[in-house]
Amino acid sequence: MPIAVAPERPAVRSTIDRMAPPSGLGDKVFKWFTLAMALAVVALVFLVGWQLARGSSLAIHRFGFHFLATSTWDPVAEQFGALPFIYGTAVSSLIALIIAVPLSIATAVYLTELAPLWIRQPIVSLIEMLAAIPSVILGLWGIFVMIPWLRDHPFPFLKKIFGWTPFFSGPIYGVSMLAGGIIIAVMILPIITSVSREILRSVPNLQREAAYALGATRWEVTRIAVLSYAKKGLFGAVILGLGRALGETMAVTMVIGNTPQIRASLFAPGYTLASVIANEFTEATTDVYLQALFEIGLVLFGITILANLLAQLLLKTMGSTIKSGAVQ
Amino acid sequence: MTKLHKLSGRFLGLIIASGLSATASAQMTINGAGATFPYPIYSKWFDEYAKVDPSVRFNYQSIGSGGGQKQIIAQTVDFGASDGPMSDENLAKAPGKILHIPTVAGADVVTYNLPGSPALKFDADAITGIFLGQIKKWNDPKIAALNAGASLPDQEIVVVHRSDGSGTTYIWTDYLSKISAEWKQKVGTNTSVNWPTGLGGKGNEGVAGQVKQTPGAIGYVELIYAIQNKMPYADVKNSAGKFVKPSVESITAAMATAQIPEDFRFSMTNAPGNDSYPIAGATWLLVYEQQKDAAKGKKLVEFLKWALTKGEDMAKNLDYAPLPADLRERVLKRVDEIKM
Amino acid sequence: MKNSHLWRKTKSALASAASFVCALLVIAPLALVFLHLLRSGASAVNWSFFTELPKPVGVAGGGMVNAIAGSFELLGLAALVGVPVGVFGGVYLAEYGTVRGNWLLRFVADVLNGVPSIIWGVVVYGLVVLRFKSFSAYAGGLALGFIMIPLIMRTTEEVLLLVPAGYREASLALGISRWKTIVHIVMKTAIKGIVTAILLALARVAGETAPLLFTAFGNRFWNHDLSEPIAALPLQIFSYAISPYDDWHRQAWAGALVLVVMIFFVNILVRFLTRERVARVL
Repeated sequence: MPIAVAPERPAVRSTIDRMAPPSGLGDKVFKWFTLAMALAVVALVFLVGWQLARGSSLAIHRFGFHFLATSTWDPVAEQFGALPFIYGTAVSSLIALIIAVPLSIATAVYLTELAPLWIRQPIVSLIEMLAAIPSVILGLWGIFVMIPWLRDHPFPFLKKIFGWTPFFSGPIYGVSMLAGGIIIAVMILPIITSVSREILRSVPNLQREAAYALGATRWEVTRIAVLSYAKKGLFGAVILGLGRALGETMAVTMVIGNTPQIRASLFAPGYTLASVIANEFTEATTDVYLQALFEIGLVLFGITILANLLAQLLLKTMGSTIKSGAVQ
Repeated sequence: MTKLHKLSGRFLGLIIASGLSATASAQMTINGAGATFPYPIYSKWFDEYAKVDPSVRFNYQSIGSGGGQKQIIAQTVDFGASDGPMSDENLAKAPGKILHIPTVAGADVVTYNLPGSPALKFDADAITGIFLGQIKKWNDPKIAALNAGASLPDQEIVVVHRSDGSGTTYIWTDYLSKISAEWKQKVGTNTSVNWPTGLGGKGNEGVAGQVKQTPGAIGYVELIYAIQNKMPYADVKNSAGKFVKPSVESITAAMATAQIPEDFRFSMTNAPGNDSYPIAGATWLLVYEQQKDAAKGKKLVEFLKWALTKGEDMAKNLDYAPLPADLRERVLKRVDEIKM
Repeated sequence: MKNSHLWRKTKSALASAASFVCALLVIAPLALVFLHLLRSGASAVNWSFFTELPKPVGVAGGGMVNAIAGSFELLGLAALVGVPVGVFGGVYLAEYGTVRGNWLLRFVADVLNGVPSIIWGVVVYGLVVLRFKSFSAYAGGLALGFIMIPLIMRTTEEVLLLVPAGYREASLALGISRWKTIVHIVMKTAIKGIVTAILLALARVAGETAPLLFTAFGNRFWNHDLSEPIAALPLQIFSYAISPYDDWHRQAWAGALVLVVMIFFVNILVRFLTRERVARVL
């Protein structure tokens, strides 16, 4: 149980299993029922994978591995390569996580451990409400409000300070990889915050009380008793955010500049896999073109799998360096 | 938990019931899907037509021209709509013969963001030069020669194009391919292309927004968007050598001089005639010649006849160019050939 | 100095202040978007917005009552799919299964969570719409339901895992069967978390446009048959937001405003209803 948080859980589980081996009919039925529900995700993955693979078989056959390694996207000549989109997806999601993770986890900590009680619920409801803003609306806000502001204030400032690095050089248009990452961050803030908060809230009070009893300060209680206890759960929240970041479409498309190129500068426009699907899927009419878009979907699917694998790997190494008892 | 279940069950029931109870009596619904460009006028037509014939509802959703073509082929809708004519390849995929019914036309205009918004003129060379990335500055001699009076700054040109596949891009690239061999060979015509330069904005709104927000930007949008957003747009030199302002009149003029074949699949970019605006295109409804459902087919034909007469008269107020009179006659005759 | 009480107190205060600033930073962009919605859309939110059908371009006023009802119907259908599968799938992950098997299931759910919503639209289009040759509310609900499943499943699991093991042991020691322990003790303790999971998932799909485009399809009129195309708020917002007209833009902003405020009220309502039943931790 990688995401289990209580160090003693496996032992507890076996205790529970020993105490009550699933025996009665009710137990069996319930177990099989929940198993069937859990297996639904496997069925869905196969469904999606099968639809995407079926939709892109021709393109896969025609372009082979070149699809992943070339940068030309030319619907007229029917030459398709996914590299700039892969790059854009990875970079924009990374930017989003770098911005959103510390902010949302700190917010969750504030809301569960530190904030005055009366203010907690309103803020939480507000955050969840904002998760419902349609992304096309967020995108239009991005174009008309966020981009001009970014272009006139933070971007020139970043350029002044970090302009000597390749990441913050070149002309500033406003629409850019960085703007794309920022809007994705805005979109994943609510989900990471809400899930993290739920995790922190579920940390048993006994943990806190024990730490307080030892004379710990509020922050020490949070750090030692709460955060380390909930670490793996928080990681789960981050993974949920990552998943959302990779697949985020409409709002990013509005602000990322939609230029299939690979540039070191974060001020340069970029493009993402999900954006190109949203941009071109409804208007593509030739078979190869449609198939190439399906293959983009398949690649995104692959990237999501890779990103999750990587995250799990990170979690494992992180878990082994901290001697909180090998949960895995 | 069980309590919550009951509660949420009751809640759901309430929601669904409230949706159902408010519905009207049974009516025939005819579904259509496709192009976004004519969505405003089509929705106007369908609302007006509901008063003419209350027994039928036309439901039109703008899912994109490609979507419209796909849906009519898959027969998931009763009619399709597209900003570009269907290819022979796609027509062959359909289970029956599909008719193209042109309804209205629109134009792509060149819009820009310069201090003082000077009135500008462009010709084929200047436009292709800019969109191929060869003309990089606003004070380039090629632009300056066309605009003697205007003060053009020594500023980078930022090209903004559509990033989503669109009929607007199709018309734009169709025009550029006709006037420039280099463009045709390097880029070509399609709903999306491999752009040599520039930033991509999603939708007319996205391009309009980026042009408005970026000093020195140039882009193309549908005429209606430029008018509604109060953006400056340029006169363009047509094939007769005249600079023409994009307007409902100059679009209809182009349609009147364009070569229109029997199946109505025509391109009207770079049309001849002194008054023709060169970057324009029509939009079509797609219907099966042989209707599957006789009752729906009859209603559809009645509507088409209404649209091509009364409906056309509403076009101008919404900044859409109506069909010229002789083309209307030709199209009406074709509508009569729809079989039930 | 480093370990002195004063220093530890200061550190604690600093951490509090820093997390407060972070909370402000999270609220800021979101609040800005909301203010923008208010400024651009509030003037179009009036009685007729909730009672009238959309008006054609050029005619002032009109509303989105059909789209509001349609969205609720779609969310109801989506919940019928997403809630049972998600919640009980999460129960399995937290309470049963083997370490390896669950790792895989969890992994698969996380992968699903990253599938862009437009892909779900395409999948359901192939599965339902093409088969029955008709766009329908069912297809739209199914697409939204699919999106909710992994989200609810993972969050449910996380909150169930945090119910102290002692609760289970105590219940089992009393001779209560395993499944009853799970339903009556574990799930009941975590009910607020589960409800939050469902709400989050609903909030997420309530604003989705792309998966509905090829499934629920949209409708400018009332729909009286779930096997026919149905209106949805995000679809209506979308076609208005990309239109050239200021009137329609206002309607789009107003629609978005109504959508988020509705989510807010549902949120408050459900929290109010689940308030009493929870053994509060804090």
